[in-house]
Amino acid sequence: MVFPVLSVIVFTPLVAALIILMIPGHRKTAVRSVALAAATFALLLSLWVYVQYLTQHMSGYQFKEQYSWLPALGISLHFGVDGISAPLVLLTGVVMFTGVLISWGDFNEEKHLSAGIQDRPREFFAFLFILASGVFGVFASLDLFMLFFFYEIAVFPMYLLIVIWGWIQTREYAAMKLTLYLFIGSVIALVGALAMYWTAGQATGVYTFDMLQLEKAGFSASFQNLWFLPVFFGFAVLGGIWPFHNWSPDGHVAAPTAVSMFHAGVLMKLGAFAALRVGIMLLPEGAEHWSWLIMLCAGVAVVYGAFIAFIQTDFKYMVGFSSVSHMGLVMLGFSTLNRNGLTGAGVQMFSHGVMTALFFAVVGMIYDRAHTREIPQLGGMAKVMPFAAIGFIIGGLVSMGMPGFSGFIAEFPIFLGVWQTHWLVAVIASISIIITAAYIMRNIRQVFFGGIPEKFEGHITDITILDKIAISTLCLLMIGIGLFPSLMVPVVQTGVNHILQLLGVA
Amino acid sequence: MFASVAFLSILPESLILILGVILLIVEPFLKEPRRRDLGWLTAGGMLVILIVSILAGRPADPTSTFGNTIRFDWLGFFFEMLFVFGAGMTALLLMDHEKVGGRGEAYVLLLASTIGMCLMASAADLIMLYLAIETTSIPLYVLAGFLLADDRSTESGFKYLLFGAMTSAIMLYGFSLLYGFAGTTNLYALADVIKAGQIAPGVIFGVIVLLIVGLSFKVSVVPFHFWAPDVYEGAPTPVSGFLSTASKAAGFAVIARLFLVAFPHFTVDWTAAFAVLSAVTMTVGNLLALPQKNLKRMLAYSSIAHAGYAMIGIVAYSQAQSGLHNPQLGIASVVFYMAAYIVTNLAAFGVVMAVGRVVGSDDYDAYRGLSRRSPLLGLIMLAAFLSLAGMPPFAGFVAKVVVFAAGIQSGYVWLVIIGILNSIVGVYYYLNVIKYVYLYRLEGEDEEKHPVTLTRPYAVALIVLVLGIILIGTVFAPWYSYSNAAALNLF
Amino acid sequence: MDFLNTHLLSLILFIPAVSALVMLFLPKDEIKLLRWFAFVASLIPFALSVYSWIQFKSDAAGYQFTEQYTWYAAIGSTLHLGLDGLSLTMVLLTTLLTPLAILASFSVTDRVKPYMMLFLFLETGMLGVFMAVDLLIFFVFWEVGLVPMYFLINQWGSANRNYASLKFMIYTMGGSLGLLLGIQLLGALFGSFDLATIISKWNSIQGSLLGYPVETVKAVVFWAFVIAFAIKVPIWPFHTWLPDAHTEAPTAGSMLLAGVLLKLGAYGFLRLVLPLYPDQAHNFAWALALLATAAIVFGAFASYAQTDFKRLVAYSSVNHMGFVVLGIAAAAMASGTADARIALNGAILQMFNHGLSAAGMFFLVGVIYERTHTRNLDEFGGLFPLVPIYGGILLFTSMASLGLPGLNGFVSEFLVVRGSYPLLTPYTAISMLGLLFTGAYILKGIMKVLHGPMNEHWAHGEHKLTEINTREIIVMAPLMALILVIGVWPAWILDVINKAVMHLF
Repeated sequence: MVFPVLSVIVFTPLVAALIILMIPGHRKTAVRSVALAAATFALLLSLWVYVQYLTQHMSGYQFKEQYSWLPALGISLHFGVDGISAPLVLLTGVVMFTGVLISWGDFNEEKHLSAGIQDRPREFFAFLFILASGVFGVFASLDLFMLFFFYEIAVFPMYLLIVIWGWIQTREYAAMKLTLYLFIGSVIALVGALAMYWTAGQATGVYTFDMLQLEKAGFSASFQNLWFLPVFFGFAVLGGIWPFHNWSPDGHVAAPTAVSMFHAGVLMKLGAFAALRVGIMLLPEGAEHWSWLIMLCAGVAVVYGAFIAFIQTDFKYMVGFSSVSHMGLVMLGFSTLNRNGLTGAGVQMFSHGVMTALFFAVVGMIYDRAHTREIPQLGGMAKVMPFAAIGFIIGGLVSMGMPGFSGFIAEFPIFLGVWQTHWLVAVIASISIIITAAYIMRNIRQVFFGGIPEKFEGHITDITILDKIAISTLCLLMIGIGLFPSLMVPVVQTGVNHILQLLGVA
Repeated sequence: MFASVAFLSILPESLILILGVILLIVEPFLKEPRRRDLGWLTAGGMLVILIVSILAGRPADPTSTFGNTIRFDWLGFFFEMLFVFGAGMTALLLMDHEKVGGRGEAYVLLLASTIGMCLMASAADLIMLYLAIETTSIPLYVLAGFLLADDRSTESGFKYLLFGAMTSAIMLYGFSLLYGFAGTTNLYALADVIKAGQIAPGVIFGVIVLLIVGLSFKVSVVPFHFWAPDVYEGAPTPVSGFLSTASKAAGFAVIARLFLVAFPHFTVDWTAAFAVLSAVTMTVGNLLALPQKNLKRMLAYSSIAHAGYAMIGIVAYSQAQSGLHNPQLGIASVVFYMAAYIVTNLAAFGVVMAVGRVVGSDDYDAYRGLSRRSPLLGLIMLAAFLSLAGMPPFAGFVAKVVVFAAGIQSGYVWLVIIGILNSIVGVYYYLNVIKYVYLYRLEGEDEEKHPVTLTRPYAVALIVLVLGIILIGTVFAPWYSYSNAAALNLF
Repeated sequence: MDFLNTHLLSLILFIPAVSALVMLFLPKDEIKLLRWFAFVASLIPFALSVYSWIQFKSDAAGYQFTEQYTWYAAIGSTLHLGLDGLSLTMVLLTTLLTPLAILASFSVTDRVKPYMMLFLFLETGMLGVFMAVDLLIFFVFWEVGLVPMYFLINQWGSANRNYASLKFMIYTMGGSLGLLLGIQLLGALFGSFDLATIISKWNSIQGSLLGYPVETVKAVVFWAFVIAFAIKVPIWPFHTWLPDAHTEAPTAGSMLLAGVLLKLGAYGFLRLVLPLYPDQAHNFAWALALLATAAIVFGAFASYAQTDFKRLVAYSSVNHMGFVVLGIAAAAMASGTADARIALNGAILQMFNHGLSAAGMFFLVGVIYERTHTRNLDEFGGLFPLVPIYGGILLFTSMASLGLPGLNGFVSEFLVVRGSYPLLTPYTAISMLGLLFTGAYILKGIMKVLHGPMNEHWAHGEHKLTEINTREIIVMAPLMALILVIGVWPAWILDVINKAVMHLF
């Protein structure tokens, strides 16, 4: 029997969550150790999947597993990864691992230091891992129903994680806003998915939620044009597409550090991925029909997000809006519907996930120590936490699309793709590069360099060794892909080839 | 064993009756503080009944027994099992109710009402149906008003009685009209008469209106819902739970059988009415649940809303054309929805009961810091409320999806969209409660000193219910196939 | 040896970066070790590039020592390296100046480790641009070089460094935005970034593009490229970042900034703009010449007006680089003619020469600044008697900058003027007037520092000016030697340059 690696990956966090819930709440170290062990295990497995995919030159859906689940309605537990989702599974493993590391934290009453998660870590890790299970599930699911199933699982723990451990000033508002936005989006998409289910069944006689079957359903053009928008935008809400991005900066800011990492790092990819897999891949003609609209929204998001990020004085809001801008690039890549754009979007999902996880990790480390995120009040952090500073700088360079880092590898083909469709959009969207460079550089300078403000003198401590491990892991990935695109791009390309086949252009 | 079909068709009812008799016999032998153990007996007995019925009493092909007054099929059977399960759980929840738990008659009344519900689900005759409805209702009137010293409970019982009696009368009037025109009381015979066109459409329309009024009361559909919040709030909490779940499910069983069997060819007439009722019910229930500050009232309104969701399935079925791939999906979805809903809502009321017992209030504020006072209870509440909100991996999610799927199959996209908008509202107020449980803290932030302990019956009941919620929500194939079998057996 | 010959360029290119990574693991308090490690690490590429200079066959056309590795197969870009006479000259300049800059930085005591690492990364970035035979790789290194420079200015610069470094970054990135878009357009059109492929395909493209006539599109993209490179050179009026950046940068940073980074822009003109847009370049040559003239004249005027020694030297770069652009404009005007070749020879040699003299000048400014902590010309005066050796060296380097016959500056400027005059007579004539002012500001600088009444402040006590030390002389020695050698016997380098120009244009 083949080792069912994907189901093990999907259910590892869930099982870990159950184990964690059974540990007495006051044994915090035990809770954290179990969490770390489970996260490491999931990371290794997802890395194994990815490396296999890369080194065996696989293409199409691999590591497939199928278990009959509800045959009467054509629902099955069908797992498999392709070139688009394999990197995302790896991304989830990475963010989960680093998220656990930086949540371990450090506690020192004298220095007013309470980094990481100190309050009820048991519940925190349990919820976080349920979320992770949902995320893995979405990336690995080849069944539309199960995709929704896992999608919702990935959404609701977010509410709890933000509302319980979030930033006290906005957490209730932000958590509710986020949950409602995402829930609305997903149920609207659900209606579209059900419509697909019935229509495909009528046409082919096989009623199934299996996406491999639905890909071949051959929906009529009018059906696709009607349902593409609800499905795509329903999911894309989670991808932070303008004008439905509103929840995301608030949510990012209110969330505790590890959750922001997860949220911006992985969950936004979840939206984009589902929009791609369900929207574009199942309704390709609809995608062609509406691609101009997506491009418009994405183009606005790219530039507008960058401008808004530029004027933020709250460090975390800055990062939050930069995510809107960068996820706009992913959507921009989708909207091109050509090889370059889609490849770039696939890489950008990974690259942005790692980058923004790093950003939020560093922002969290600073906030835990300085108890403020107002950029003008900060300064000189590089002196006390040089490692965090280097990490942020590298993340910043990725964000600017600096060559040599993964951001460039991702953004460049996206722009190539846009040139091949609507060149003017490429020109306009490129403005964001300059704005991004400006705000990143400004913030690096203000936060990390210069003198340390007097009030922080003495009680700001360096980050822990676990934090450093997390930062180095993330940095290595970004530099590795930046220097050696062939570590990731060929994998993404195999996924793109399949999409192009569905679109009928390859 | 005496295994004729006639006997098998009322096997659960008979066993419950025997259990009731045993209870009555045992009760006098127990001293006052031990009377509470009758709850264990009831629950244990129900478990035995459940097992025995499932092992020995499963229906084969639909058959009619007792002079065609009882129909022995999967629809009835599945509902019966749900009622038995629900009653057993309710018995456990009753045990530690301060004023009710120690009184044997409460358990007996519960059993009596359950018998009535079982008969409601399997009745195929107007007279039997009416008898069953009354058998169900009268013990519930008593149970709702059980706390004589409590004004609100008395009011609750009295209100329930008045509304119940009035709507029963209206329904009975409808029944008698039907009999008068058709000359038969058997539902399946009635269907033939109506199909043959022997009754004037105007009459049928009038009858349908009367029946809708009567049954809408049972399942608390807007605008016949006014009784529900007051009754739920005043009645002993486990009774509210039972009312809002088993009793409501029984109502749906009757609606399914009565409307779908007897009036199939006049689908358009009442489909539109049901669609509107469904939309209005969801919307009003959810909107009224929004501002509530008392958990029991909130659950009352939310249970109104859930009746609305379930009705989407009825609407979908009635509109299903023969050309559809899965025409019985509508009815299967209602059955599935009811199964999921019974488990979920009983868990929710169980939590209310367990907390109310210790804290002495059902207001939201009473739930502050609950997750710290009792992490287990917090998690159970989380599961129950997320299931109500329709989140996976809990039962509510699958139930909603199946209902919506049925709606879309039948072309009721607008109704499904209203349902979706409503479930968004639902998410809001359910999560709002969760916020009290997980976020807000007791004054003084010393939750560790005020633990909420779970007595054993609650622990057992709640854990069983939560496992049920998760089981239905994850391994949904068996439940769905039972629901599907029930739907296929309707005719 | 075989390995060396087949991987010569990648060794030169990556040894600095790899050394920088190795430095990461060296103890940060062993300052001496760090300095010497960096110095030695930068000497190896120099040795290798000298070796490549010897091995280089100047008669052969095309790129030599080429290496090609898979890099970004998905969009058709490879790590394709190669050298011709043009880039070889620049590589030599870069590998020469980097060790000198590092040696000049031995006086830096603050955070030596990151400082040295940044220098080594910077070297890799600059070398990559010169070696790239792939458009995308060109851009990659073009941008990569920015980052270390930004941090060098921002972290080790003087008082106004925040403003200066951000301005440097934004200007250059803003400029390269057009370049990036242009490269994207080319890549999207041809699916390849190989320079030779792109040049041939781009020049044979006909009809309409993106819905507009090809000529229009080409003209727009031409200007996008030109502006990117013009900012880097910098050409008036895009030069305003330069005085700030140069002035605020640490001494060694200014050396490389003026010595090499400015050449990147000019190199971009020669490597990309002229081959890709011969027609547009011809059409707009007058504009380039106009801007070059403006740079020469205004650069000289502005330089004269400065009271800050370092700013004076910084503006002189605008002035000198103007000649490079003038030569390029001449070549664009009449590509392939003998005059154009002469002008181009001059321009390329001027790039090299300015690299030497500007680096030297900035270093000398740094030497005196380290001792006096002021750069204000009015606070100096009559220092020659106090520091005769320094004075001599300063005088020598200034004369090279001024264009004194017998030193290198004269040779190249003469060639530029000689080549341009027949083609762009009025502009060249005005530029020659600018040369007059070049003399004026350089003499002003020397006068203010070395001559006139001695400022007694520096003569005694704690402020007593100390003489230039051995290490600093060692930094200057190779520069001065080359200045003299090229001035007297330019043939060894002009030969390589000339043949490259013959092959290219």
